[in-house]
Amino acid sequence: MTTTTSLSPEISGQNSRTALLSIRNVAKTFGQHQVLRDISLEIAEGEFLTILGESGSGKTTLLRIIAGFESATSGELWIGSERLDRQPPYRRAVNTVFQSYALFPHLTVEDNVAYGLRVAGRPDDEVKQRVAAALDKVKMAAHAKKKPAKVSGGQQQRVALARALVNRPKLLLLDEPLSALDANLRRQMQVELKSLQREVGIAFVFVTHDQEEAMVMSDRIALLRSGELEQVASPREIYNRPATSYVAQFIGHTNLLKGEVTDGVARCGALAWKAGVPDGTALFSVRPEQVRVCGATQMAGAVHVRGRVIQQAFHGATELIRVECEGGLVLVVRTASSSVPRAEVDLEFAPADAVRVRESPERV
Amino acid sequence: MFSRAYKTVVTVPPLAWVAVFLLVPYALMFCYSFWSVSSLQIIVHTWNLDNYKELLEKPVYWETLLRSMWIASRVMLFSLLLGYPLAYFLSFYAGRRKDLLYQMVIIPLWVSYLVRAYAWKTILGSDGVLNTLLQYVHLTSHPLNFLLYSPFAVVLTLTHIYTPFTFLPIYAALEHIPRNLVEASHDLGASPAQTFWKVIFPLSIPGVLAGATFAFVLSLGDFLAPLLLGGPSGIMISNIVVSLFGAAYNWPLGAAISLCMLVLVVSLLFVSERLEKKWSFS
Repeated sequence: MTTTTSLSPEISGQNSRTALLSIRNVAKTFGQHQVLRDISLEIAEGEFLTILGESGSGKTTLLRIIAGFESATSGELWIGSERLDRQPPYRRAVNTVFQSYALFPHLTVEDNVAYGLRVAGRPDDEVKQRVAAALDKVKMAAHAKKKPAKVSGGQQQRVALARALVNRPKLLLLDEPLSALDANLRRQMQVELKSLQREVGIAFVFVTHDQEEAMVMSDRIALLRSGELEQVASPREIYNRPATSYVAQFIGHTNLLKGEVTDGVARCGALAWKAGVPDGTALFSVRPEQVRVCGATQMAGAVHVRGRVIQQAFHGATELIRVECEGGLVLVVRTASSSVPRAEVDLEFAPADAVRVRESPERV
Repeated sequence: MFSRAYKTVVTVPPLAWVAVFLLVPYALMFCYSFWSVSSLQIIVHTWNLDNYKELLEKPVYWETLLRSMWIASRVMLFSLLLGYPLAYFLSFYAGRRKDLLYQMVIIPLWVSYLVRAYAWKTILGSDGVLNTLLQYVHLTSHPLNFLLYSPFAVVLTLTHIYTPFTFLPIYAALEHIPRNLVEASHDLGASPAQTFWKVIFPLSIPGVLAGATFAFVLSLGDFLAPLLLGGPSGIMISNIVVSLFGAAYNWPLGAAISLCMLVLVVSLLFVSERLEKKWSFS
């Protein structure tokens, strides 16, 4: 591709980014079923935004609304000062990489990539040159003359990417594009996709149900649950400062502690710690790796508890142990792997690592 | 996986059926086409090529064959022109009414061929529905004669009868096109018309070929429509075969014509199948 590489996000900086697409109060109902409720979200130039959610959370519907394959029941989409949601899909400066790639089976790899430029009536020379560059970029130049059925799944994936990017869209939508690949290829593609995005400087909206994938690739994650946004934040923030109990549980492992706060001190079973929150019942999330198995030395000001190991799961470098504490509370703890099976352990965590989260209401 | 006895039981009856009712008659026809009829109207079993010579020498036979092919081509064209839009509409735009409309296309297939042919007779005749109507609204002063007993009537009737046969394979081909290809095409900036010509139509070509073959081959061999509605100018090749096997009592010549048609049709089917394969991608 011959696009001039725009400034990478690191250089241009978070603050100088302008909103590319704004999604305003979008809702969608299918019959009686409300799939999306009141979604408002801004996507910045050059950003890699992941819409993360379980199946049925409405993430694909949201993507299809942006692409124009579905229309929102209410709400608006804006690209700059232009209203997007009134345009048919073929007039939107947005391209999609489909989950099953949707390559045209009767056209060669090359003709698939040239499709968008040809329907736009670009001159032949330009088409040829841009297609060659795009195929080069995704390392598919050697397969240009083949039909899609003759190349592997991972290669079809690259062709689908080239076919979308060759049109230089303002925004690229990707609908779980890696879900059909096996684990190794998938990890490799995650890295490639991310660096490709940096290189072309086009904003990506990436839909996935895989929280690990979302963490690795995204600048920001929008976590969708039953048609509502739970939290929109950078991977680090969403992991370290989950807004709700659902977010805390969906992203990584966590211990959810329901505490009773009186005079700024939270109590949960045998545990008690200073929490800077108003009195009443509150929910706290403590990541397993924030809980430390302590020996002779103990952290000053930490919360201590003693418990019995009831389960030990080996994960390679680390292991997850479940500890039943005094008072029956069970904590999950991530520790460095040790060869000795443990029976009794002393645990501690810093009060600051108990993050207050909102309780996610039950939803159907 | 299956026992030998089971395999025998399931394969022998159909093979026997094909042998007795297809291969044997063809073999007989093949033989007949090289025999001749004596002046006493007896079939003489002496091998000769006289029948084929006669076919080449007398223009009436190949002229009728050409006319039949011309009629069959028109039937094919009109069936496609009617069947394709219908199939396209049903497959892409009918929504919830799809099944109902599909049944409505299929139902005429259950009505006897003869009934439908006679229906056209009552519509197209000089005292028929159409002529009466045209005179009633004073578009014409006297009945139009070209409507019935003409190639026009034959083409019209055969088109009516064989359109469902072109509709079905086209509809099946359209139904098999993954809808995300259509979305991908729109996504890449192609208008609905561009999408149709660049994606939908090319992917439906196997269905179009199958439908066209049905309409052409079935009309080419038809003898009832020309018999009932064709009149002298609408005679087709099968009518000649029928009369040769009947009143004219010249089985050998009839067999020779049939064999030529068989070769023609089989070659057509062969070509059409090759083309269909070339345009299939799944």
